[in-house]
This record gives sequence, structure tokens and C-alpha cells, in this order.
Amino acid sequence: MAVLNLGDRPVGPITILTLGIGALAMLAPFYFMFVFATQPRTEIFSMPPPLWFGEAFLQNLNILRTKIPLWRNLGWSLYVGLMSTALTLLFCAMGGYAFAVYEFRFKKQLFGIVMATMLIPSFLGMIPSFLIMDFLGWIDQPRALYLPGAAPAMGIFLMRQYILSAIPRDLIEAARMDGCNEFRIFRSVVLPLLGPVFGTLGLITFIGSWNNFIGPLIVMRSVEMYTFPLALRSVQSPVDTEWGALMAGSAIAVLPLLIIFIFSSRRLIAGLTAGAVRG
Amino acid sequence: MFKASVPYLFLSPFFLLFGIFGIFPIVFSFVLMFQQWDPVQGFGAMQFVGFENILFTLEDPWVWKSLANTFWLAVASGLPQHLVAVPLAYLINEKLQGSRNALMGAYFLPYITSTVAIAMMFTTLFSTDYGLVNALLETLQQWPILSWLIPKQHIDWLGTPETVKPVIALVVFWRYLGFNLILYVAAMQSIPRELYEAARMDGAREWRIFWSITLPQLKPMMVFSLTLSVIGGLQLFEEPFILTGGKGGVEQAGMTTAMYMYRTAFEFNDFGLASAMSWLLFLMIAVMTWLTNRALGPQQESI
Repeated sequence: MAVLNLGDRPVGPITILTLGIGALAMLAPFYFMFVFATQPRTEIFSMPPPLWFGEAFLQNLNILRTKIPLWRNLGWSLYVGLMSTALTLLFCAMGGYAFAVYEFRFKKQLFGIVMATMLIPSFLGMIPSFLIMDFLGWIDQPRALYLPGAAPAMGIFLMRQYILSAIPRDLIEAARMDGCNEFRIFRSVVLPLLGPVFGTLGLITFIGSWNNFIGPLIVMRSVEMYTFPLALRSVQSPVDTEWGALMAGSAIAVLPLLIIFIFSSRRLIAGLTAGAVRG
Repeated sequence: MFKASVPYLFLSPFFLLFGIFGIFPIVFSFVLMFQQWDPVQGFGAMQFVGFENILFTLEDPWVWKSLANTFWLAVASGLPQHLVAVPLAYLINEKLQGSRNALMGAYFLPYITSTVAIAMMFTTLFSTDYGLVNALLETLQQWPILSWLIPKQHIDWLGTPETVKPVIALVVFWRYLGFNLILYVAAMQSIPRELYEAARMDGAREWRIFWSITLPQLKPMMVFSLTLSVIGGLQLFEEPFILTGGKGGVEQAGMTTAMYMYRTAFEFNDFGLASAMSWLLFLMIAVMTWLTNRALGPQQESI
């Protein structure tokens, strides 16, 4: 076992205990979120607070529905997430493909520019971005959320790396010999082979869009157009917040992520840290 | 002729979007820094005021307060992340095999979770009267020695200037610990095994190996991830924004510079002033990033 040929000591109980307690501490807030989501407000605010699941989830959901157009907000979140994922995959595949297979003038410089955009802090353009959206008449329009960020540098980089390593150049050459034009090659030869990296980038993009808060905070003005996180926040008020309903909403916001994460944590982690570990 | 333009066509979505929604806003915000403008009045109301916004920003006590808050939060949430993540990564990487991925997943989960949901959850846990944290403290309070240390009254965590910052820092720490952990584990896996074996051959103890082999080999990654923490910490917005109800809390104790910038623009409708603030913050981030890299030595090619 690899564990043992490293250390002369096997894994000690203290190590296990430390790591285990740490992991539980990380997960505990999620546990209580789900517990509180199923408890009425009076229970959450009783002494001692509930530590196990109750039966008030639907009741909480109904309270939430009186505060916000819940299904609409969820629908917008889903719609924006899917649109942003689809566009990002297409645009990043195009960009990554160009950098991976073509030789052209200013290639190095352009790639440098793409990479450098990762360093620009997002708040710098926040205010004028709002003005542009306003000018374009995109306030309260979902496209204001999915279009501007649809060609992220990180995605182009990820695609380029994948195409360089996984798509044989001979395949592209062969298609060219057969008289395929460049766009046909991209569509019929390259795109179908991008499945794995589409999975990774797609998940990252969808999660990012699903969690996005600042974007909708700036461009969405009416509650009917709010994405879910924004709607959820609007429920919180200085006095008399419906905590059970809020926890139910938070649980709904987190649940899809949890499911995605359970099934694809390795791929997600690899993708999210890809830019960093290139070395 | 047509063929030569193909790669540029493939790249056009990126450069189109980046031009409109990336470069243009930044140039625009640079111009705005020298204007006084409430956009409600239309473009005609834009008025050149020279360095007035910049001077006003530098004299605004709330700007300095928010900068102090931001630095405090960046250090208090950033430094512990690395102090915990490095040893934790070592333990996970060297001691675990089968359960490694599950464990890393548990630490990583907060990173991919909605900030709003997280902030709501922590607001509940830290609420004054019946929050779980205060309930726990109340229980502990009844134990002999601890009763001296823990106050009898419930703590209004998010409503007291002295406690709101530590709570925000805790949430940020909790959220990004796993991200750093993954980076460090990945970096540790690229350290040549021979180094460890040679050290063991020479009879080096575990602690010595960590100190003399792992840490020095980890340095490039530490510089890199510390830089990320500096950049991210100084831009802190979402966590304090939601935890303090968007206003920064009592006495603005939880208001970061990015939050103040947002409020200046969207609450007080002064876009020129807000632009000046955003450039001030940008300058701070650039300087701090440079100092971090300077202090920790030359960085290996990464990003």
C-alpha cells in the first residue's frame, strides 16, 4: 500500500480524528440548512434548536411562494444557466480550436491577450457595464446575464489544452483531403470529439451562472425577472424574516449543486483548478 | 485569402464580447473618473471635473474605513486558509489513499455553493436569540471553567461592530479553504517521490521531511495561491454584502471597498465618484499583488 511505504508510522488515530472533524465542520452548515428547511419558524427559533429533520418543508415552500414568484425565478436561473452554458461551450470551442490547430499572424500576441483578461478584476467594469446594459435596453433582460461572459478566457484555455492533447491532427488533415471546408471540419469532426471537456466546462459554467449574484444584482430590476439567488435575498428583511422559508429556498438553491457534485466532483475539481495547476 | 481569415473568425466571438463588455467598460470607467455624472439625467449631464472625484475619494473617511475593513478581512480570512490548507494537504496527500477524494470533496463543497445560500445559512446560525452558535455557547456556559470565559448574554454577532468582521472572515475562510487545499494537494503530487525516499533513507523524521522537503518544493504554489487570495480578498463583495444586508452593518464595520463602490454608484447615484473608487481599489490590488510576489521571491511560471 502506498500509504505505508511512505511513512514508518501508519495513519494515527489523531490524524484520522483531525481530518474527520474538519470535514464534518465543513459539512455541518449544509446539514443544518437542510434540517431548518424542514422545520417551521417557531421550531427553528426554539431552545434547543432542532437537530433533526421535521415535516414543514412544503409549508415553508408555500410561505416562500407568497414572498417571491418562486417558479419564475427558478425558471430564469435555469434558462440563463443553460443559455450561458450553450454559448460558452460553442465560443470557447471555437477559440480553443483556433489556438490549437491554426498558425496565423499575431497568434502569440492574441493568446497573450486572452490569458491576460483573466487578471482583470471584475469590479473594475461593473459600473460602466451597467451603463452599457442600460444603453442597450438590456436591463431586466436575461441576455444581459448570459451574453457578456460567454467567451471566458479560462474556457478557451481549457479547450485549447484538450484539443491539443486529444484530437489527432491527422484526423483534421484527412477531412481536409476529403474536401471538407474549415467550418465543416470544426462542426462534424472536432465538435463531436469534445464530449469530455464539454462536460467539465459545461458544469463549471452552469454552476457559475446558477450561483451568480453580482450580475443579476446590477441588471435585474423587477422581482419577476430576478434569478433565484437574487429573489432569495429579497426575502430577507431586517424584521420578521421567514427563516424556515429562507432555508427551504437555500436548500433548493444548493440541492442541484450537491447532486452535480456527488456525481462529478473529480472532473469539477480538475476543471476549476486547471488554470492554476498548469505549472 | 478566405482561408487566412478562418482562425480570426473562430476567435471573433471572444474579441467581440471582450471588446464590448470587457475593454470598453474599463476605458469608460477611466473616463468617468474625471466626470461628475448622475446617469438618470442622461449623457448631456456629464460634467468634466478633473481630479475632483479622486481628491474627494481620498478625503472620504468612509473610503478609508472601507479599505481598512477590506484589508482586515483579507488578512483574517486569507492567512488562516493557507496556514490550515498546507498541513491539511500534507496529511491528506501522505496519509490517505481510498478516502482521499471523498474527504477533499467535503472540503471543496462550500466553494461551489451559492453565496446567497451560504450567507443565509450563516445568518441563521449566528442569529442573536436562537441561533445555533449562541445556543451552543449557552450550553457551554453552564460548564465550570468556561462560564468565566463566555458571556452570559447572547451575542448579537452580525449586529456588533467587533464581531461582524470575524464572522464574515469565518464564512470566507470556510468557503475557500477547500480550493486552496486542492491546489496544494495537486502541487504536492508533483513533488518527486525520490526526494522523500532519499530523506527517509537518511533517517529523517516525518516533521523534518515536511519542513525541509515539502514546504520548499511547495513554494511556487504558495506564492501563486497567496496571490489569488490577495486579489480575491481585496475584492470581497458578496459575502459581506449579504451578511450585512447590503448596508455594511452597524458603523459600516462590515463594509468593504467594493461594497462602498457599489453603494456609491447604485444607491447614491454618483458614478464618477464610484469609478474613482474602483481605480483606487485596483491600484491597491496591483500594489499588494506586487508586494506579495516581491516578498515571497520570484514566481515560477503559472496561471
